[in-house]
Amino acid sequence: MWLLLLASPAIAGEAGVDPAALERLVRQDCGSCHGLSLKGGLGPDIRPAALQHYDPDTLRAVILDGVPGTAMPPWRPLLSDAEAQWITAYLLTGESE
Amino acid sequence: MKRMMQWLALACALPLATPLWAQATGDLGVVIERATGSVLIVDQSEHAALRRVEGLGDLSHASLVYSPDQQFAYIFGRDGGLTKLDILSGEITTRIMQAGNSIGGAISDDGRLVAVSNYEPGGVRIFDADTLEMVADIPTGSKTIGLVDAPGRRFVFSLWDAGETWIVDMSGDVPQITRIPGMGDNPYDALITGDGRTYIAGLFGDDHLSALDLWQADPEPQKVLAGYAAGRADLPVYKMPHLEGWALAGTDFVLPAVGQHEVLWVDARTLMETGRTPTHGQPVFAMARPDGRHVWVNFAHPLNDTIQVLDTLTKEVIHEFKPGPGVLHMEFTSRGHEVWVSVRDAGRVMIYDTQSFEKIREIDAESPSGIFFTARAHKMGL
Repeated sequence: MWLLLLASPAIAGEAGVDPAALERLVRQDCGSCHGLSLKGGLGPDIRPAALQHYDPDTLRAVILDGVPGTAMPPWRPLLSDAEAQWITAYLLTGESE
Repeated sequence: MKRMMQWLALACALPLATPLWAQATGDLGVVIERATGSVLIVDQSEHAALRRVEGLGDLSHASLVYSPDQQFAYIFGRDGGLTKLDILSGEITTRIMQAGNSIGGAISDDGRLVAVSNYEPGGVRIFDADTLEMVADIPTGSKTIGLVDAPGRRFVFSLWDAGETWIVDMSGDVPQITRIPGMGDNPYDALITGDGRTYIAGLFGDDHLSALDLWQADPEPQKVLAGYAAGRADLPVYKMPHLEGWALAGTDFVLPAVGQHEVLWVDARTLMETGRTPTHGQPVFAMARPDGRHVWVNFAHPLNDTIQVLDTLTKEVIHEFKPGPGVLHMEFTSRGHEVWVSVRDAGRVMIYDTQSFEKIREIDAESPSGIFFTARAHKMGL
């Protein structure tokens, strides 16, 4: 389904980034550990206030490469740099609230 | 005859609404609609949704247990909500917010106590099943997972951060707590076997599972499947597996590996490995059909559109199909002739014949996740 959504020209955004699909990914799949509302579960709270200590590059690296020794997996097999950047901005700027 | 006519007249004069006692609950169930804070009350025999109940808060990762009479569902919301739902009337009997972030619960063997496992504040809280008044607060300083009931009015759960299992005995006036350290790093979920004897915790941070024999006076952690991933790179886990009481398949327990795309089989008596089955992806649920003959497995993102069915005798995949995007949960009818499957992104619950694998029916549901049939009321650990 992921590939299908990305391939759909009607909803594809810039540089192959599909905001609707990414928002869905954040809610549903990041949400497996961080909660559908992103306020935390087995994984920590990732709402904007909880992420203030991250600069965007570091947060993007966490998304792409995970945090070794923790349950945070690397998403690089599933996400492009541009997509990770979109998610970083989405998480930090509070659009996720 | 006249008397009969009088009786008929009386019967006709009763309110038209279906009397509560006219519907038994043994083949009913509840489907969580995770995104909308609602549930569907469903009828297994009719393959139908009977009604929708709304207003239950954040139900992402929600679960529930049933009262012994199968009339009430205690629904554990992610937001700390605990709702007692009368599944006959569809009315919310009582609803409280008992914590900030929760992950499931259990009901005591006598049906009098409901316990909830909390992430925030970390611990377990125990409530009177009639009134939902709190009767015990057990802070742990850790996120708690794998909460189950055990015989003797006990609850058992584990600490994600501390790697301990706690047994809470509620048979007396005050809770008696037994702490068992050394379960391993980051237990993420646990199950208790249907006989209430063996508690098995899955570990995210260690290369084994840990079992406790609750029949022992002082249960000690026993490593199960030690080093099952040794020498192999860990694969990314995009969703933690679940362990549930449907693990016994024939004489083996069947368990999802973590970070490996396989399910693991262990002898239920000796806890020694008896086999492994390579699977399509990271297994989430590996659920034995109630007769144990087959095991149904679903998978983590991004392979969560698929189900594989394993044969218990050969431990091989005998059937694979794609119900649709976002297969989150499977629930068998009590004798296993049918299985209901939540397909989140299709907005459907799909019902299959477990012998022919033919689809019988689809039911519309809003982002369905957990499916819970009332037969759970009479099973330990569910």
